[in-house]
Amino acid sequence: MKARVYVTLKPSVFDPQGRVVADALVTLGYQDVKDVRQGKFFEVELADADPATAKARITEMADKLLANPVIESYRVEVLQ
Amino acid sequence: MRFSVVVFPGSNSDHDAFYAASRVIGEEAELVWHKDTDLKGADAVILPGGFAHGDYLRTGAIARFSPIMSAVKAFADRGGPVLGICNGFQVLLEAGLLPGAMVRNDRIKFVSRHVAVRVEQTDTPFTVACASKQVLNLPIAHGEGNYYAPPAVLEQIETNRQVIFRYTDAHGMVSAEHNPNGSLNSIAGICNQQRNVVGLMPHPERASELAIGSADGRVVLASAVRWMSERVLRHA
Repeated sequence: MKARVYVTLKPSVFDPQGRVVADALVTLGYQDVKDVRQGKFFEVELADADPATAKARITEMADKLLANPVIESYRVEVLQ
Repeated sequence: MRFSVVVFPGSNSDHDAFYAASRVIGEEAELVWHKDTDLKGADAVILPGGFAHGDYLRTGAIARFSPIMSAVKAFADRGGPVLGICNGFQVLLEAGLLPGAMVRNDRIKFVSRHVAVRVEQTDTPFTVACASKQVLNLPIAHGEGNYYAPPAVLEQIETNRQVIFRYTDAHGMVSAEHNPNGSLNSIAGICNQQRNVVGLMPHPERASELAIGSADGRVVLASAVRWMSERVLRHA
């Protein structure tokens, strides 16, 4: 069973990396780029469990380690 | 007194801190491996600079789970003085021993130079020998020293006088121009509510002798010695 976790900086936290990427895209000629927010993506493989249990486990992992709740938020997706 | 310096895989200022404590300040110092579980009789603990566990995931995020950190937390809970320098500060933030978090410098670069740092409070184990509002010339070397705390937390640490060091100009004036990384309120270092755990991004241990550019950092470890001796007197 696989799950995906998307971690991003909270909207209130300035993202210098995303800003630099946005500037580079504009330099490349993509004048329509307004902003970029850079995040992290985790694919977690775990022993089979029912989707609800899996989601609870992964959420716990995200809270404890994958994301820093002070500056980041996350979204969990459990794949069948 | 005895300083214990924790060595994580990827620490690179561990020997600088060890040298400053033992050779410059002249106290006992021990290096403690991150997999150890006791602090070897520490009177004060230093979490040094570097890139613990490669800074993988987030700075300090993995170091927080090193076995020694249980002992560091217990030591801090008993009121023992703990100093986190640079990466050590990031570890203390991730471990929840200090409030807030670090994000990448706002100026898109790793900053390595001497900066002026004003001592805001002198009632901590690592600033007790400083003059109030004393300006120290200390080196910084980090890519992720942009201190952030949510508005309510920021207000709380200001109200509680938990901001211990601030970036300023050479005359002790705060300005955006002299904030090297975008830290909120030009914060360079803070303490916990109990005031025994202090973290700062500048490197006092790398400013221990004039031969390497500044001796201003000596006062930080010298403070711990004074704090310790005064505590012994108080309890005598």
